[in-house]
Amino acid sequence: MAEVISVKGLRKEYGTARGPVLALDRIDFAVGEGEFVAIVGPSGCGKSTLLKILAGLLPATNGQVELRGVTITGPRRDIGVVFQSPVLFPWRTVLDNVLLPVDVQGLGRNGNISRAMDLLALVGLHGFEHRYPWELSGGMQQRVAITRGLIHNPAMLLMDEPFGALDAMTREGLNLELQRIWLERRETVVFITHSIAEAVFLADRVLIMTPRPGHIAEEVPVAIPRPRSLDAMGAPEFSEAVRRIRAHFNAKSRIEG
Amino acid sequence: MNGLHKPALRILLLVASLAAWEASVRALRVPTFILPSPSQVGAALYRGAVSGIYLQHLWITLAETLLGFVLGSVVAFVIGTALAISRRTEYFLYPYIIMFQSMPKVALAPLVVVWFGLGLTSKVVSAALIAFFPLLVNTIVGLRSADEDRVDLMRSLAASELQIFRMLRLPSALPFIMAGLEVAMVFSLVGAIVAEFVGAEAGLGMLIQSRNFSMDVAGEFAVLFILAVLGLLLNAVLVSVRKRVLFWDPSHKSVADAPSLKGGL
Repeated sequence: MAEVISVKGLRKEYGTARGPVLALDRIDFAVGEGEFVAIVGPSGCGKSTLLKILAGLLPATNGQVELRGVTITGPRRDIGVVFQSPVLFPWRTVLDNVLLPVDVQGLGRNGNISRAMDLLALVGLHGFEHRYPWELSGGMQQRVAITRGLIHNPAMLLMDEPFGALDAMTREGLNLELQRIWLERRETVVFITHSIAEAVFLADRVLIMTPRPGHIAEEVPVAIPRPRSLDAMGAPEFSEAVRRIRAHFNAKSRIEG
Repeated sequence: MNGLHKPALRILLLVASLAAWEASVRALRVPTFILPSPSQVGAALYRGAVSGIYLQHLWITLAETLLGFVLGSVVAFVIGTALAISRRTEYFLYPYIIMFQSMPKVALAPLVVVWFGLGLTSKVVSAALIAFFPLLVNTIVGLRSADEDRVDLMRSLAASELQIFRMLRLPSALPFIMAGLEVAMVFSLVGAIVAEFVGAEAGLGMLIQSRNFSMDVAGEFAVLFILAVLGLLLNAVLVSVRKRVLFWDPSHKSVADAPSLKGGL
């Protein structure tokens, strides 16, 4: 499996008024072509910092981050990002929001409108192309954001707790949707979440991130066959993976009390 | 509660107030040069409308107001944009802007008339000066109001600063800019009238003053009425433009939600 992303010895320090704060330390991992990797950790463990570095929005202090063998030094045109909130532009229709990367990168709307329509149909938004974001529910808005993240055929899709702001029912529904879309398109995905169950349900491999400083403590492969139904959450492999991941955080929180 | 919103009741209240005004002025024998009755104001309105004198002065004041509005708004938008996107420009210009902002701009009207004469130019400049601040402040605040997540999204797509400005910052600033324009329009009218008071050959402000000197208070009321209608119409135009431009903005329904109206007269 060819490596899409490779992170070696990544370290990130923030300068603050009270001196430097170490946000990320000794982060090493790689994500292969078409692989779905989840990074799970509690709030404030540096997950979002890591995502911003992968997206080229923040520079690393030390270490190497490569996308298909090229060091990431700034924002790139071949990365799709889905944030925790949908971040749609209210003055653009659903279709125009999806086409934002096309407009920004000058890819030409002609061929991409039908692609956008197909993608919107894939995420179940057929018929909503000419609506405005504020006419859609939170879950539908996040599907628009996912479509926008895919429109320019990125080498990698970065998702930063994309369903974190949604209610539990909508969240489960969207997890199923995301799995279906991923099975159809086999994108390379880095999915950041603080939900252990969500990470295990979606990912081929779960990276466990512990806080202060953010560090990858363990990698847990998830061998449950796909497509996984919500019932798969009752399977022994599922419980075992969840238990293994949870052990890290429980141990930590006991120490910090 | 519903009855409170019936238009018939509103009109009834208006008629009742006018009748009470008329009756009390007659009963108390208030001199016309202090407070004319509504019927006298109506008669003055009719006389002036028939003679065409109002229309002639109205066009001049309207032209002064609109030209001042456009001039003040364009300059405010350009300078506001420069201040919002360049910290360097802000560093050098901001002290002057603060100083200028805390000064009552109407106090400049006599100077403006001395510099630009009794004609149209001085009124346009005075209107522009007063219209300038509300839009300047709102342009700066508006252009800086773009949501950080949206900026991150644009950056993650490798958008240029120009693209971020055009596709994100400018549309995000529109609710602020439209609110600023509404205030600027009303302020332009004030600026034009004040400059006409100081010295003018024509215009509704000049007409008010000349009627005041000749104790034609009913005629003065008639001009005030025309000015009120003019102000309402100018505002209505901007409100309808805003509804079209800001169809996506949830706050557009209420002026109370409109952003800061700082930068007074």
